[in-house]
Amino acid sequence: MPLRAKVASSVSRTAAALSRAAGRGDGSVIGGWIGLKIDPDLLAHLSAGRAIALVSGTNGKTTTTRLTTAAVGVLGRVATNSFGANMPTGHTSALAKAGSTPYAVLEVDEHYLAQVLEATEPHVVALLNLSRDQLDRAKEVAMMAQLWRAALVNHPDVRVVANADDPMVVWAATPPGDPARGIRPPHVTWFSAGQRWHDDSWVCPECGHTIARNGDQWWCSGCPLRRPDPHWAVEDDGVLDPTGAWHKVVLQLPGKVNLGNAATALAVAAEFGVRPVDAVSRLGAVTSIAGRYAQVDRDGRNIRLLLAKNPASWLEAFDMADFAPTLLSINARDPDGLDTSWLFDVDFAPLRGRQVLITGDRAYDLAVRLDVNGVPFQHVRTFGEAVRAVPPGRLEVIANYTAFQDIRAELDRVN
Amino acid sequence: MSTESLRIVWIYPDLLSTYGDRGNMLILARRAQQRGMPVEVLEVRSDQALPATADIYLIGGGEDGPQALGAQRLRADGGLHRAVAQGSVVFGVCAGYQLLGTSFFAKGVQCAGLELLDLSSDRGPSRAVGELAGDIDPRLGVPALTGFENHGGRTHLGPGVSPLARVTAGVGNDGATEGAWRGKLLGTYSHGPALARNPALADLLLRWATGAHQLPPLDDTWADRLRAERRAAVAAARA
Repeated sequence: MPLRAKVASSVSRTAAALSRAAGRGDGSVIGGWIGLKIDPDLLAHLSAGRAIALVSGTNGKTTTTRLTTAAVGVLGRVATNSFGANMPTGHTSALAKAGSTPYAVLEVDEHYLAQVLEATEPHVVALLNLSRDQLDRAKEVAMMAQLWRAALVNHPDVRVVANADDPMVVWAATPPGDPARGIRPPHVTWFSAGQRWHDDSWVCPECGHTIARNGDQWWCSGCPLRRPDPHWAVEDDGVLDPTGAWHKVVLQLPGKVNLGNAATALAVAAEFGVRPVDAVSRLGAVTSIAGRYAQVDRDGRNIRLLLAKNPASWLEAFDMADFAPTLLSINARDPDGLDTSWLFDVDFAPLRGRQVLITGDRAYDLAVRLDVNGVPFQHVRTFGEAVRAVPPGRLEVIANYTAFQDIRAELDRVN
Repeated sequence: MSTESLRIVWIYPDLLSTYGDRGNMLILARRAQQRGMPVEVLEVRSDQALPATADIYLIGGGEDGPQALGAQRLRADGGLHRAVAQGSVVFGVCAGYQLLGTSFFAKGVQCAGLELLDLSSDRGPSRAVGELAGDIDPRLGVPALTGFENHGGRTHLGPGVSPLARVTAGVGNDGATEGAWRGKLLGTYSHGPALARNPALADLLLRWATGAHQLPPLDDTWADRLRAERRAAVAAARA
C-alpha cells in the first residue's frame, strides 16, 4: 500500500475510534470520510488483495450482506460494512477498521454501484431487486437499471449473481457484448427469490412493450427479454443449488423474503468456492441486523421490530408479521424521503382483523390511507402508549427508517 | 351518470403510476360508495382500448418515456376525446396534467399533447420538489389546495383555461399559478394521491360526474387533521 494510503487508513481508523469514544456515532462513516480526504484512492488501495463481493438493490441488501458474510466466513476472515453505511465512506471505514482480510462483503447503495465497482474491482456483484423508493430524490427505477447496465459493461470480468424474478434486474445484468471492442457479456448466475411487488416492471426496459406474467414466469410481449432459468431457487423451507441438491435452511429471520436472501447469500458464497452444505448452518446463527427483526420483552409484551422503507418492503413485512397487534410508524424526514405518496401504493388490507395502532410524524397520512383502505386503527402519541394499548403477547412493529430508529432508541438501541 | 353505476377509469396504470396515483381512484370510489352510489372501477392498460363511456377518467404521473408513449397511445386511441365530447370528467396529475395540453417536453423533445386543455409545458430551470399549496379558484367552491410536487416542467396557460389555484407555497405551473381547469377537465401538479389531502376536490369531481349540486357530508376528521398539520408545516418552513 502506498505511504499516503497507509497514513490515510491509519487516520481513518483513529477518527472512527474517536467518534465512537465520543459517543458521536458508530464511526462507520466519519473515519472513511477523513481517510478519503487524505487519499481519494484509499478505497481502491484498501480493496487491493481482497476477494470482494458487492451486494446492491432496493431492498434486502443489509440482511443479504450479513448472511453472505456468514457464508463466506467458512473460508476465513471477512470484512464487512455491517452498520448499513453503504456508500464509499462506509466501505472505506469498514475495510480500514478490519485490517487485512482475505475477503470482504460490502453492501452498496444502488446509486453508488458504478463508483464502487470501479474502486474495489470485486470478484462478485449481487443484484437483488429494483423498485420505487424515496422518489423525491432517488433515481426512478428504469434510470437506475440503465446505470447498473452501463456500469457492468465496463467490468466484463466480474461475476454477476442476479435475481431472475425481477425484469429490471435481468435487463440490467445482461448488457450485450461488443465483439468489436472485445467486450463479452458478463457471466451471470441467476437466483429466484420470489417477488411480491410487480408494479415497477410492467413495461419492458428494452423495448417498451408490456411484460406478461404467469405464475413465476414473465416475458416481454415485444422482444426476447424473459425470465432466465434460475440456477438457485427457494423451494419449500430450503434452497435448491445448481446441482439440484436441496438444502434445508433454518433461519432465525422471519418471512419468505429472508429465505430468498439466504439463497442469494449461498449463491454469492459459491462464487468464492464455498459449498452450500458447509455454509447453510452459519446462516441460522444470524439473529437480527442493526435492530431489524430484533425482539424485546417489555411489560409482558414481546415486541418485534420490522423495518419497511418502501412499498415492496411493506408487502414483505405484512407477510412476515404474525397475526397479532401491529404498530405502524411513519416519518418523512430526510433519510425517509419527504414524500408520503407511496402509502397509496401499499395495500394494507392484510392487516384487517388485527389490532392496528399508528404513530410517527406522519401518522395522519397513514390514517387517511387506512381509512380509505377500510382498515380500523387507533392513533397513539408515543411508543409507550402503544405498548399499553395491546394485550400481553406479541406486538409487531413495522416502521420506516427514522421511525424505526426512534423506536429502537426507546428500546435501548437494541441490535 | 352514464349508467346506473358511477364508472371510474384509471388510464394506463402500467405507464402512468409513479407516486401512489392509485390513491385518487380509491378515494373517489370510496367517497361515492359511502354516499350509497354503486361504483365500477376500471384499470385500462396501454395495450387496451379506452372505453369512451365512463364518468371519470384519471391520468397519473410518470417518467418522460412513459409520458410520451401514453400521449401517443391516447391520441391514436381517441377514446378520451370522445368521452370529453360527451361531458365526462377528466382529472390529470403531474405528467398526466401536462399531456392534456397542446405540447410538453419529454427526454428533451417536444411532444404533442392531447389538446384537451389550452396549455403547454416546457422544462424549468430546476426541479420543483416539495410541499405545494394554493388558494383554489373561488368559483369552484373548494378550500385551499395542499399537496406535494416533484416535477421539472413549467406550464403556460392559454386563454381557454383558468388556473386551478394561486400558489402560496411551492412552484406549481410557474410559481404564481398552479394547475388548470375548464368545464369538467382539471389538472394539477399536486402529484400522486392528490385527493387524499383535498377531499373537497374529490367531491367536486363527483358532483361534476353526477350532476348533483350537493353531496351528503362525510366524516373527514383524519383528512382535516392532515390538512391542518401540512398547513402548519408549510407555515413553519416559511417562518
